[in-house]
Amino acid sequence: MRYAYYSGCTLHATAREFDLSTRAVCSRLGIELEEIPDWNCCGATAAHATSHLLSVALAARNLALAETQEADLLVPCAACYHRLVTARKEMSENPHLRERVVRIIGREYRGRIGVRSLLEVLDHLDPERLAAGVVRPLRGLKVACYYGCLLVRPPAVTGFDDPEQPQVMDRLMRQWGAEPVDWGYKTECCGAGQGFSNEPVVLKLVRDILATASRAGADCLVCACTLCQSNLDARQGHVNRVYGSDFRLPVMYFTQLIGVGMGMEARELGLDSLFVDPRPVIRALG
Amino acid sequence: MPRTGVFVCWCGSNIGGVIDCPETAAAASGFPGVAFSTDYKYMCSEPGQNMVIQAIREHRLDRAVVASCSPRLHEETFRKTLVRAGLNPYMLEMANIREHCTWVHGADIQQARIKAVDLVRRAVAKANRLEPLFESEISVTRRCLVIGGGVAGIQAALDVADAGHEVILVEREPTIGGNMVKLDKTFPTLDCSACISTPKMVAAATHPNIKLYTYAEIEKLAGYVGNFEVTIRQKARYVDHEKCTGCGTCWEKCPTRVPSEFDAGIGQRTAIYIPFPQAVPNKPVIDREHCRYFATGKCEICAKLCPTGAVDYGQEDLVLTEKVGAVVAATGFGLFDWSRVYGEYGYGQYPDVVTGMQFERLVNAAGPTGGKLLRPSDGATPRTVVFIKCVGSRDEAKGRRYCSRICCMYTAKHALQVLEKVPGASVFVFYMDVRTAGKGYEEFYQRAVNNGTVYVRGRVSKIYQDGERLVVRGVDTLLGRPVEVDADMVVLATAVEPGSGAAETARILGINTDQDGFFQEAHPKLRPVETHTRGVFLAGACQAPKDIPDTVAQASGAAAKVAGLLSSKWLSTNPMIATVNEALCTGCFLCVPVCSYRALEPKKITERLPGHPPREREVAGVNTGLCQGCGACNVACRAGAIEVRGFTNEQLLAEVDALCQ
Amino acid sequence: MVPLNLNRAIKEGARFVRRLEAESGQKISDCNQCGKCTAGCPLGFAMDLMPNQVMHLIRVGLWAEVLESRTIWLCSHCAVCTTRCPRNIDLARVMDSLRITARREGRIGSERSIALFNEIFLDSVRRYGRAHEFGIGLRHNLLTRRPFKDSDLGRVWLRRGKLKLGTRKIKGAAEIDRIFSEVERTEDGR
Ligand SMILES: Cc1cc2nc3c(=O)[nH]c(=O)nc-3n(C[C@H](O)[C@H](O)[C@H](O)COP(=O)(O)OP(=O)(O)OC[C@H]3O[C@@H](n4cnc5c(N)ncnc54)[C@H](O)[C@@H]3O)c2cc1C
Ligand code: SF4
Ligand code: SF4
Repeated sequence: MRYAYYSGCTLHATAREFDLSTRAVCSRLGIELEEIPDWNCCGATAAHATSHLLSVALAARNLALAETQEADLLVPCAACYHRLVTARKEMSENPHLRERVVRIIGREYRGRIGVRSLLEVLDHLDPERLAAGVVRPLRGLKVACYYGCLLVRPPAVTGFDDPEQPQVMDRLMRQWGAEPVDWGYKTECCGAGQGFSNEPVVLKLVRDILATASRAGADCLVCACTLCQSNLDARQGHVNRVYGSDFRLPVMYFTQLIGVGMGMEARELGLDSLFVDPRPVIRALG
Repeated sequence: MPRTGVFVCWCGSNIGGVIDCPETAAAASGFPGVAFSTDYKYMCSEPGQNMVIQAIREHRLDRAVVASCSPRLHEETFRKTLVRAGLNPYMLEMANIREHCTWVHGADIQQARIKAVDLVRRAVAKANRLEPLFESEISVTRRCLVIGGGVAGIQAALDVADAGHEVILVEREPTIGGNMVKLDKTFPTLDCSACISTPKMVAAATHPNIKLYTYAEIEKLAGYVGNFEVTIRQKARYVDHEKCTGCGTCWEKCPTRVPSEFDAGIGQRTAIYIPFPQAVPNKPVIDREHCRYFATGKCEICAKLCPTGAVDYGQEDLVLTEKVGAVVAATGFGLFDWSRVYGEYGYGQYPDVVTGMQFERLVNAAGPTGGKLLRPSDGATPRTVVFIKCVGSRDEAKGRRYCSRICCMYTAKHALQVLEKVPGASVFVFYMDVRTAGKGYEEFYQRAVNNGTVYVRGRVSKIYQDGERLVVRGVDTLLGRPVEVDADMVVLATAVEPGSGAAETARILGINTDQDGFFQEAHPKLRPVETHTRGVFLAGACQAPKDIPDTVAQASGAAAKVAGLLSSKWLSTNPMIATVNEALCTGCFLCVPVCSYRALEPKKITERLPGHPPREREVAGVNTGLCQGCGACNVACRAGAIEVRGFTNEQLLAEVDALCQ
Repeated sequence: MVPLNLNRAIKEGARFVRRLEAESGQKISDCNQCGKCTAGCPLGFAMDLMPNQVMHLIRVGLWAEVLESRTIWLCSHCAVCTTRCPRNIDLARVMDSLRITARREGRIGSERSIALFNEIFLDSVRRYGRAHEFGIGLRHNLLTRRPFKDSDLGRVWLRRGKLKLGTRKIKGAAEIDRIFSEVERTEDGR
């Protein structure tokens, strides 16, 4: 299995551990990742709030580059995934738009490759092959799978899981022996995009998510989006300060937990570089 | 040379407000064959019709073109006008300059004027080639089939039976009564539903003119108005109802438990069962799918215990036929399955989120909780109940576009019931609109408000469980704020849908369904209980969502139509049907399969050509009772041997020529 | 409050409605004001106009109030509204179009911070081809005059080597700059 790999800007900075753990896990599972040469930023929220055409064009350059690699595009981060998959869909439904974009980026793009989220790819793997990889089951670990917005909405665009009660991550965690909790905030927005400009607003959203997860008995949160992860993880201190609470819920990438289940070391997975240290929770697994 | 009269109608301002009718009439006076033309404000009115009659007499007209509305509305009216003037009724042609012209081209008056004249020219060209047509008569079987034993079917059956005609009432469930008998109380009077419906069920079952088939379905309807033959499948009950006394030993002792359909899934029943204690007939059936004996070959408890030896595992389906002259479809409605698509409300994973029908069973004295309002999860009394309207209705994204009509009222009823059963309870209703168009309905709704129900204007976006709390997250759009309610129980007013199997029933009956899957009436205003298939009528919620008063009214309406049809032994037939020019017919029978009314079949004729010995051959024959004059065969016939009277090739080509001028 | 002259307001707003519908591909009059968008909107609690009110204000011609609202900048484009709208309206897309329009018309109201963030972010992308979080955060803090905002987080990231002070261009940086220019040209040409 070979994929063109789009890591994205944050995976080389604040979300380095997502890149680390993705590469580690994929290599163990025999998923070959071939980084897109000279990829650019997908444009994120800023682009589509500024110009629709720009948002498609920035994503399209990456799609065009990946097309030369003759492999489907694999994206771990939900936010980048959302931009790339949206651009792909809009261009395939609107040939006129595609022509314009091709002119703007000055590269050939035919829409021959698919865009897949890493979660979706893992979900389609042969369960037996997955099971074979589990050497240290996450038995007894209560995880709150947090999907956020961009992975599942709008369903007409992303559409590989249920927009209201998504299950992919829960399924995966179960396969790894963890116990996903049932909770009502799986797909509530955490407001990450507003972090810089409107922290008070964001802190309320983060607080609600953390509170619901703890009430549901979760030991930690699992997520698939760099924006969500850093928002929920890094801002816990601020939440505690503002709300007088005492949250200490580790927020990990699903790839990190999978890596733990595969018996990898904390450092290999970047577990040591998060704000809320997940190692105690992991160690408690025995 | 024909003498055609042209009558242009203003239809008040509907037509006259867009085009200049006198101008159209003047243009028509120059068309070939036109001996007279005029216009008038309302041609269908009494003076308008008299004007037509007078013109026909004065100007010795032998045919007429009326340029007005759709022929679906007034063709019949003007045919009668022609008869009163002494002409054959089929010497009429209509030009629809309202629906086809002024209503749709009001924004472009110039084009509308031109189009109106074109349409009239077309009609005149056809009128000039019309021939008188004559109706013939067929005999009528004076019996009626009613399909569906809900309140609609029961009412229609009783009315037709009281009019002196025999009725065959077919119900597919083990009991009649339909949805109404499941309800607890009925708005707007809050009288007990069972008290008013069970006597009617008994009356239907015991009426000397009504023959009741329960646990039976129709498989085929052959024939035509006045002369239908229906094939009925009596499903095997595995209980001989001749022997059974309905003592109840079997269903008390049966070890199997399955969710009860009658209790909307919140109660249980046994595998040998009657749906509820007052079922009609009051004798059980075995649900083969869940019966232990049928699954494993062991058990037979019911057979062993039955004092009359009525249980018969070897019973088989019985197929029988009945002859009837008219059919009433009264197959009712189904309810939208919200749990398939409403993920934001939990896809049915929270036991305390129930439907309106489940609520009916929860407050029903004969229901699984004996009428105590207890929530399903833990049997506690809910102190805060939230009702959500329009779940699946007015929701084209997840459900159905239309308004289900009954939910506003039954939700008000449910709110009142909670307040009565749980003193001090908090009741919230999330609504988009409150629609109470019925006698005493607005007052009823106001009562629910005055008794303490809090109506919140807005939809609910999400229901989720947070620890003990069932959180309902909605909005009050009048406040302009999102709101939240911690609920003990949530009741969803799910959309009314066409009943399961409605499409199949429509196919069997040869009637249409509308865009939403309900049975299509012949005309939304003027023929609401008829269908396009003559002799087949509609009653109740199978035609559109309806409450009980409207259902009963429509059922009586359908019964009146049936009684009218069956009042005479003879019936005149529509002459505008296919005819075969036998000399041209080659006997290829391409036409036979294209006819959806099964009106064509091969027939033998003896052909005598001069200079040849007589010879037998097969040609297509038209069953005049079945043919609806749709013209499908006309198109299929390569030899040009089939034509539809009143729509001959010559007439149609003349119309095309006239339009292409 | 002075009564709103609806005849005038709606008439004067018609052009805006048409342009917004073209930009967003959504039909404003489809909305039946059920409020489900507002009920689910995670940011509703902080908005000055509720999402359903946005739809209604546009319909009655009060688009200027919408463009100058905080709401369109607070919207996180989470698309809960789009996912649950019973009328299949992509309201998140409408919000996007409103942000685009507000920026184009220079009508950003009191909520400038997000717009500014977007600008700084895109500026980084235009220059380097990628978003450099450190630089973006720093510039945003300076321009919003809150130099120490999130500095505690920044310090941790720096310590762990996650934020890089230096910036590096991708090879195709010039190409990215050209994409920006081409987009601007195409959009001005409209
Ligand atoms: C929760 C709820 C509360 C309500 N409360 C009220 C109220 O308080 N007041 C009020 O006026 N109305 C109320 N209604 C509406 C009321 O139930 C309907 O108006 C009424 O039941 C319609 O009667 P019907 O005979 O047309 O249909 P149904 O009651 O649906 O009866 C149709 C019958 O046809 C049978 N059938 C279906 N298909 C076939 C087939 N192919 N062959 C043979 N038989 C078939 C069915 O088994 C059923 O017995 C309520 C409805 C609901 C859902
Ligand atoms: S959910 Fe859709 S229809 Fe309802 S108010 Fe919002 S935009 Fe309008
Ligand atoms: S997309 Fe914007 S308006 Fe819609 S629900 Fe999310 S934050 Fe609210």
